[in-house]
Amino acid sequence: MITKRIIACLDVHDGRVVKGVQFVDLIDAGDPATQAARHAREGADEIVLLDITATHEGRQTLLDTVRRTARELFVPFCVGGGIRTADDAAQVFDAGADKVSVNSAALKDPMLIDAIGRSFGAQAVVVAIDARRDPDAADPVRDAQVFVQGGRKPAGRRVVEWAREAEDRGAGEILLTSMNSDGMRTGFDCELTAAVSESVGIPVIASGGAGTVEHFVDVFGRGKADAALAASIFHFGVSSARSLKEELARAGVSVRLPC
Amino acid sequence: MRVTVIDYKAGNLTSVLKALRHLGAETIVTDGDLALVEAAERIVLPGVGHFQATDRLDATSLTPAIRAAIARGVPFLGICVGMQWLYAGSSEAPAQPGLGHFSESTEKVPHVGWNSLEVRTGSRLLAGVEAGEYVYFTHSYKAPVTADTAATSYYIEPFAAAVERGNVMGVQFHPEKSGATGLKILSNFLAWKAGGAE
Repeated sequence: MITKRIIACLDVHDGRVVKGVQFVDLIDAGDPATQAARHAREGADEIVLLDITATHEGRQTLLDTVRRTARELFVPFCVGGGIRTADDAAQVFDAGADKVSVNSAALKDPMLIDAIGRSFGAQAVVVAIDARRDPDAADPVRDAQVFVQGGRKPAGRRVVEWAREAEDRGAGEILLTSMNSDGMRTGFDCELTAAVSESVGIPVIASGGAGTVEHFVDVFGRGKADAALAASIFHFGVSSARSLKEELARAGVSVRLPC
Repeated sequence: MRVTVIDYKAGNLTSVLKALRHLGAETIVTDGDLALVEAAERIVLPGVGHFQATDRLDATSLTPAIRAAIARGVPFLGICVGMQWLYAGSSEAPAQPGLGHFSESTEKVPHVGWNSLEVRTGSRLLAGVEAGEYVYFTHSYKAPVTADTAATSYYIEPFAAAVERGNVMGVQFHPEKSGATGLKILSNFLAWKAGGAE
């Protein structure tokens, strides 16, 4: 039976894992390779490394980080942040990533999704969407807006429509982050996740807001997510993927156990 | 242990090479050097991407070289699209023939994630893999369950997660991305010798 995936996410800045609230106030949370290996050992089904460095010098640091992280990692490994061209993606794959996640560059040039998919397969392309509800809209969920630049600037696209276009262009998965709940530990945006999940045929990874086991049960049920991303819940020894999955199994969610 | 890994320019080989080297194998990569296939001790055909990309195996004459190696008894492992290539063809690219070692064809079923295996008794590739162990899949086409199926998984309906007949083996999942279970399977392949169980 296919399981729901628990994905450990590492936000990386200048080669170090960092954690902030709503993308600001960053604090150091360790070495990416060490953290990734620990999450895999502790039962994470997949590792996502999101580079938030965004400087030109940072590119080489990132490739070095990817290489070190991938070396002893035998679960799926996705890398995002700063991938603007198919060549950027090729370098990251060559360094050992299995998937790349593209965000603002794909909004600027949607053909990027087609290009990476053609060369490396749809399974290798994750389109990351930073979403913010529009509180003034008639339907805050259906009208939720895509944001770029770390959630600072609206991209002028509706979330559900952009997800559908990404699938049509050959994306293999959607990584949906709710900017409203990111880092708040108050729960995922289940309504928005369900709206996207019902609109596409590819897996949807929910992100932003994980704080308790109940939040995960909720997003896999009501939110119709195929996978869920967690960062802060795993840092500083708060919990492990294994203990999270054991509790999910008790709540009736199908997960990979033992792991 | 020396393994010849076939590069047909579909997706990346990094993960497969890394896992094989982690298990102590010496890896040789070729995208068309037939002498390397003729001298191969064992062959891995990885693959992510589109079935059409396997036309490169025909264009470079790797197809007959691999067929000859298989006939000599060289252990062969196809991964994902590499497994699908062992069949007659795929509805993903109807005009592109596979090797035809197994007579069936593959049909569409998009499937991404960790799924459990039901292993048939007697599989040498999957020796030591317990019922219900999980492996990582990411594929859009599947092969039917037949007498050569070494393990099944269930997604909408049962399908062949692994196929095995003598020295020819294929896995629909990615052993290089399937944690300890995957490494055990690759390790079984590296230890495979003609003439029965280890």
